[in-house]
Amino acid sequence: MLTLLLILLPIAAGIATFLSGERLAKQVALIGGLASLGVAIATWLQFDPAAGSQFGFKYAWLASGGISFAAGIDGISLVLVLLTTFLTPLIILSAFKHDYKGTASFYSLILFMEAALIGVFTATDAFLFYLFFEAALIPVYFLAAIWGGENRLKVTFKFFIYTIFGSLFMMVALVYLYYQTPGAHTSEITAFYQLQLSPQVQGFIFWAFFVAFSIKMPLFPFHTWQPDTYTESPTPATMLLSGIMLKMGVYGLIRLLLPIVPAGMQTWGTLAMVLSVIGIIYGSIIAIQQSDMKRLIAYSSFAHVGLMAAGVFSSSVNGLQGALIQMLAHGINVIGLFFIIDIIYSRTKTRYLDQLGGITQSTPHLSVYFMVLLLGSVALPLTNGFVGEFLLLSSVFQYDGWLGAVAGLTIILGSVYMLRMFQKSMFGPRSKWVEDFQDITASERAVLLPLVIMVFWIGIYPNTFLKLTEPAVSQLLQLVNN
Amino acid sequence: MYPIILLSFFGIVTLFLGFSKSKNILLPATLLFLIIALVSNFLEWNQGPVLYFYDMFRVDNVTLSFNAIILLSAFMIVAISGGFQDNPDAEPAEYYGLMLFSLVGAIMMVGFEHLIMLFIGVEILSVAMYVLTGSNKRNLRSNEAALKYFLMGAFATGFMLFGITLLYGATGSFNLTQIQGFSSNIPAGTQSYLLYAGLLLLLIGMLFKVSAAPFHFWTPDVYEGAPTIFTTFMSTIVKTAGFAALYRLLSHSFTGIYGFWWIVIAVIAVLTLLVGNIGATSQNSFKRMLAYSGISHAGYLLIALTSLTKPSENAIIFYSLAYSLSTIAAFGVLMLVSKEKTFEGQPNERYEAFNGLSKQNPLLAFILAVSMLSLAGIPLTAGFWGKFFIFTSAAERGIIWITVIAVLMSTVGIYYYFRVIISSYLKDGDLMQIRVAPFYKVILVLATFLTILFGLAPGIFEKLM
Repeated sequence: MLTLLLILLPIAAGIATFLSGERLAKQVALIGGLASLGVAIATWLQFDPAAGSQFGFKYAWLASGGISFAAGIDGISLVLVLLTTFLTPLIILSAFKHDYKGTASFYSLILFMEAALIGVFTATDAFLFYLFFEAALIPVYFLAAIWGGENRLKVTFKFFIYTIFGSLFMMVALVYLYYQTPGAHTSEITAFYQLQLSPQVQGFIFWAFFVAFSIKMPLFPFHTWQPDTYTESPTPATMLLSGIMLKMGVYGLIRLLLPIVPAGMQTWGTLAMVLSVIGIIYGSIIAIQQSDMKRLIAYSSFAHVGLMAAGVFSSSVNGLQGALIQMLAHGINVIGLFFIIDIIYSRTKTRYLDQLGGITQSTPHLSVYFMVLLLGSVALPLTNGFVGEFLLLSSVFQYDGWLGAVAGLTIILGSVYMLRMFQKSMFGPRSKWVEDFQDITASERAVLLPLVIMVFWIGIYPNTFLKLTEPAVSQLLQLVNN
Repeated sequence: MYPIILLSFFGIVTLFLGFSKSKNILLPATLLFLIIALVSNFLEWNQGPVLYFYDMFRVDNVTLSFNAIILLSAFMIVAISGGFQDNPDAEPAEYYGLMLFSLVGAIMMVGFEHLIMLFIGVEILSVAMYVLTGSNKRNLRSNEAALKYFLMGAFATGFMLFGITLLYGATGSFNLTQIQGFSSNIPAGTQSYLLYAGLLLLLIGMLFKVSAAPFHFWTPDVYEGAPTIFTTFMSTIVKTAGFAALYRLLSHSFTGIYGFWWIVIAVIAVLTLLVGNIGATSQNSFKRMLAYSGISHAGYLLIALTSLTKPSENAIIFYSLAYSLSTIAAFGVLMLVSKEKTFEGQPNERYEAFNGLSKQNPLLAFILAVSMLSLAGIPLTAGFWGKFFIFTSAAERGIIWITVIAVLMSTVGIYYYFRVIISSYLKDGDLMQIRVAPFYKVILVLATFLTILFGLAPGIFEKLM
């Protein structure tokens, strides 16, 4: 029942936020977000990693069709639910200093988004998964399209059509799989794992899933919607997109693609891997060229997710574990970085590196937080990025030495663009834009401090989370290898 | 069977009511008649298949469901017609009378067991529609639309009659069961070309009525020219009845030669999807876009016919319902908004008319958004499950390629359905608050509510069936 509560609580909080009016909306939303986090932590405390899918529920939805409203939590779901519920209150808090017109709708959309994301991560019925997968798109579309920058209409429209285009292929694949299940058909994901499909069919389904998930993440060459959308969206929407929504794609690869079409993976996995690795290098190189900080992080995010996908496609324990821990790390880092950019932008009205410089001189606290999150992103040992990146690279290397070597460049390239950004914005002579730059306020610290704590927690003792996912991952890989 | 008798009678009563001085009684009277017809429809629920009129008309739960959709749509459309009070040229008694008569035709099309019954039903429905299309007498576009519809419609009717004749020649009967007996017992190795030709001609006539490509050319002009309230009537009731008739025809008489006709319908479905969706993208008028969207939805429904599996029946019923609800809501909002501004001397039906709708009219904007999302097939709306059932019916038959095309085309659909959402939510405009009659509002909210309800819990529908 905890799972149902996790899905319903944000919806209820969203409705409450919407009804509470413009003045109270922020507070109600924050309380709602924290309540969800509380429930998620309670779930975590009761969770038994060895016991598989837990806290499940199942209601008949389309009785005759064997389609049910069913969800449950295993280790893989749990870490992502924790990530979602941890980040959502921070995202809400980070928006506090802005006055978005129509506050109530703004915050309730964030909470609806949270509900849909938790739904995606916990659904055990394929069609429910699909439903949440699509439903997550609508709140974030409106967040970006109503409160975004100048070009928002065109950009968000492209984003919307692009992503829905991908998911529709997944739907065709799911409908096909549903009809392959024996007897009275069922759409339980675990039933799909048991199907014996011919290699050719697996190839088609592989690509249907691949297109759906790689647009969402995005992987090369489906990434063209991403930088514009990230840049044009208001920062909370960018955080939702990059911090959590991107993980839906990786999660989909792990939950559906790998176990359902192992033969398809064998045929096409290498190509998918190559595309992912191209994305790593390509994203990094473009990131080095960027002058707009938000765009730079957008491309870095594109590069990072490439590595996660490559790890998943290696279908090894290290790859999956690395991808999962890296999803946590990336969500935390990227949200922190976007928030810091938002802080800089709200004080200087610019995000361009050539107009910034010398911020450190008046902001010791901001500089420290920025540096920690940045080092997390470039995967310095003892920060959260290191564990994931290490596991991922080792898995890619085991899969193919050359690919591993190329993917390994991400460490160097990542440091180049990140440190360049830090250097150009924080060090050097003070530009006229940053003349009276104030250090961070208490509410900004309230966002950054939990993030930084998590950077070190995952960096120093990743086992807290690796232990949660390990049984689920090895169980999944058993299915793949049979 | 009761609705046929009742509606014929009520139609005549409505005409007589037109003689009374007060025109105000017409609207409530017509609504009452429709409610009575709707209730009487369910008297025969679960009575099993019953045949009437010397085996010419059949009543079973499927036909009753289609009737219910048709009568519910009619009720909602009549309710938002507002009694035609604002137009001094209007003849409400005749309009309502014709609408009731045309429903008789629609119900005959749903339950025919005999090809002559089908023909009579189609003609009753069509003739009433020709007149209603041209009912805006002083408007050139309305006149042109009526003439165009009539000429093309008459031509299609000719094909249909010719087809029925050939079918009679081939099988020796007008009766669906006897035709089925013939078509499923064609000796192996022989071909009955007369049967094939007859079926094709009959299909052409019917596909014209549901505006499937390449017989769709009349649709945009007629939909645009006709007064919006009758456009709504055409795009929901005529389409539902048309598909009910097509489904009945193919599933009751021609399953034996499925191998012959399925590819014909499949090709037409693909063509219809392409024409409808791609045509809709280039429109500037919302009303014309809805006309093309109507064509594209015919394409989706044709997929269910192509596969003709067990889920097809439910898919067609559910899809018709979802489509009718959203279309009525969309046209309902259009009628309100287009009155606010004029464009070239006409009510403004272009996308720009919706700019800034959400600022002063949040409810209307929400209703419009939900109906567009449903038409686009976004999850949590009834339209999604409609598409879902259609795709499952095709998957059960194993026709995946057609589903892939339909999926591509629904992506195109999102483009044009979202244009109006973008206009109403994200663009600035100077629309003032629009006054909406309470009853009108109730109907629109009901349509929206049902769309969301069926979107969240399609199981409810399943239980009803």
